[in-house]
Amino acid sequence: MEPLLKVSSLHVRYGAVQAVRGVDFEIREGEIVAFLGANGAGKSSTLNAIAGLVEAHAGTIEFAGRDITDLAPETLTPLGLALSPEGRRVFPALSVAENLLMGAYSVKDKTKVKDAWERVYSLFPILHDRKDQLAGTLSGGQQQMLAVGRALMSGPRLLLLDEPSLGLAPLIVEQVFELITILRDQKVTIALVEQNVAKSLEIADRGYILSGGQVVGAGAASDLMSEGGLEDTFLGA
Amino acid sequence: MELLLQQTVNAIALGGTYALLALGLAVVFSIMGLINFAHGELMTIAGYVLMYCGLAGVPFAIAAALAIGAAMLAAVLMEMIAFRPVRNASGETMLVTSFAVSMVLQVLFQNFIAARSQPVLLPQLLSDSISLFGLVIGVNKIAAIVATIVMLAFLDWFMRKQKHGIAMRAAAEDFAVARLMGIRANTVISAAFALSGLLAGVAAVLWVSQRASVDPLMGFAPVLKAFIAAILGGLGSLRGAVAGGFVLGFIEIYLAAFLPSDMQEFREPIGLGIVVFIMLFRPNGLIPAASLKAEKV
Repeated sequence: MEPLLKVSSLHVRYGAVQAVRGVDFEIREGEIVAFLGANGAGKSSTLNAIAGLVEAHAGTIEFAGRDITDLAPETLTPLGLALSPEGRRVFPALSVAENLLMGAYSVKDKTKVKDAWERVYSLFPILHDRKDQLAGTLSGGQQQMLAVGRALMSGPRLLLLDEPSLGLAPLIVEQVFELITILRDQKVTIALVEQNVAKSLEIADRGYILSGGQVVGAGAASDLMSEGGLEDTFLGA
Repeated sequence: MELLLQQTVNAIALGGTYALLALGLAVVFSIMGLINFAHGELMTIAGYVLMYCGLAGVPFAIAAALAIGAAMLAAVLMEMIAFRPVRNASGETMLVTSFAVSMVLQVLFQNFIAARSQPVLLPQLLSDSISLFGLVIGVNKIAAIVATIVMLAFLDWFMRKQKHGIAMRAAAEDFAVARLMGIRANTVISAAFALSGLLAGVAAVLWVSQRASVDPLMGFAPVLKAFIAAILGGLGSLRGAVAGGFVLGFIEIYLAAFLPSDMQEFREPIGLGIVVFIMLFRPNGLIPAASLKAEKV
């Protein structure tokens, strides 16, 4: 079967700095794929290039059989791709409900927007309780739920999650990972960038290990977990 | 007491016009970080449309609508022609571009319309006055106050209740993430300029209604004031722009009315001194923009 996302020899560059140097991978429908690696390994740059936030300097990105390498970010949501960005980046002066409405901006059908609202509120009842509150006044964990909820509003086929557990209390981290498994059960395909290696491999189907902007390891999550030696990558050795 | 009330009405009328102009600057600034000094020329364009309509005998209500429409169209074209090519450049580059647009338009007005001030025919009604609660108030002042209230109510409704208004607020807070949501950069920026043109057009009708004349440099002074108002309110903050506009209007009118006559020469510097004094205590403005607050958290 054709993979949902296929990335070939992707290069991302910020001025003179090469953040991603020739990364290849693919994600199939229904999978959770984890991207692991130290800070600056190129994980976020890879996701941002897929979502169109940064330019792919070379290489191609194909989504659902279509070349999306040079498409603007606003054209990707309607195609079924959503990113929950690093650092959550909710709109702080918009209410919770307004943040979610923006997630469904490309959805024209009003009943579909209503259904999406219901779906997100049933996943995160706390967001329903706080729907009229400004997003900037939520706790870090609630903002993370909002960021994920907002990305789900467009009903994406592929959800890119960038460091969803970053900066959260251990109990909340548990909840975030639990949520990802719930999403998988709802047939959402997920690309997960994480620093929390053990937890990510527990829920992922497959993983890619990045270092210095290149893929240095790949395989089934269970293999990667038993392989060990991951620490070396994270120390940059 | 009566003088104070009378001047308060004047201050609300002038402050409202500043507020509309400052809002127009703030809407654009909050979304693309551009301080559009050519905003004043949008006013001037609307002023000339009023002048030509007056000469052609077009009824004032239609003339005002045409003038406002012309300002909106000019704003959208200005963005497409001048600002789109430098959209991703630095704030300074865009600022200089806006000065260039402003000057080009002024020269065009001078050469193709008239270098001197031209009279604008206004309906007699606007220069009438009516007695209200023991005060004599000009119809043009009442019109300015009513128009300001209507515009502010419209803008508030648009920004809070309309999906496209909420999208503009989202884009103002985090443009990149707004695009991730599927909000088109060109659409939201065009809409911001159209809105700023609408506000400049309404402000121009009010401005011309008080003066009955239009000249190539007409827009410069009020927009400079509006810029000060926007800074005083908190640059990029819409509520701040409104607050700053009214505060500046009150400062100017009260100083003109109550400063001893031998100090009237120093009215402007004293007024700006008060603005600077307020900003010593509120360095980010009266009502700072939300994105500024978010950065600090």
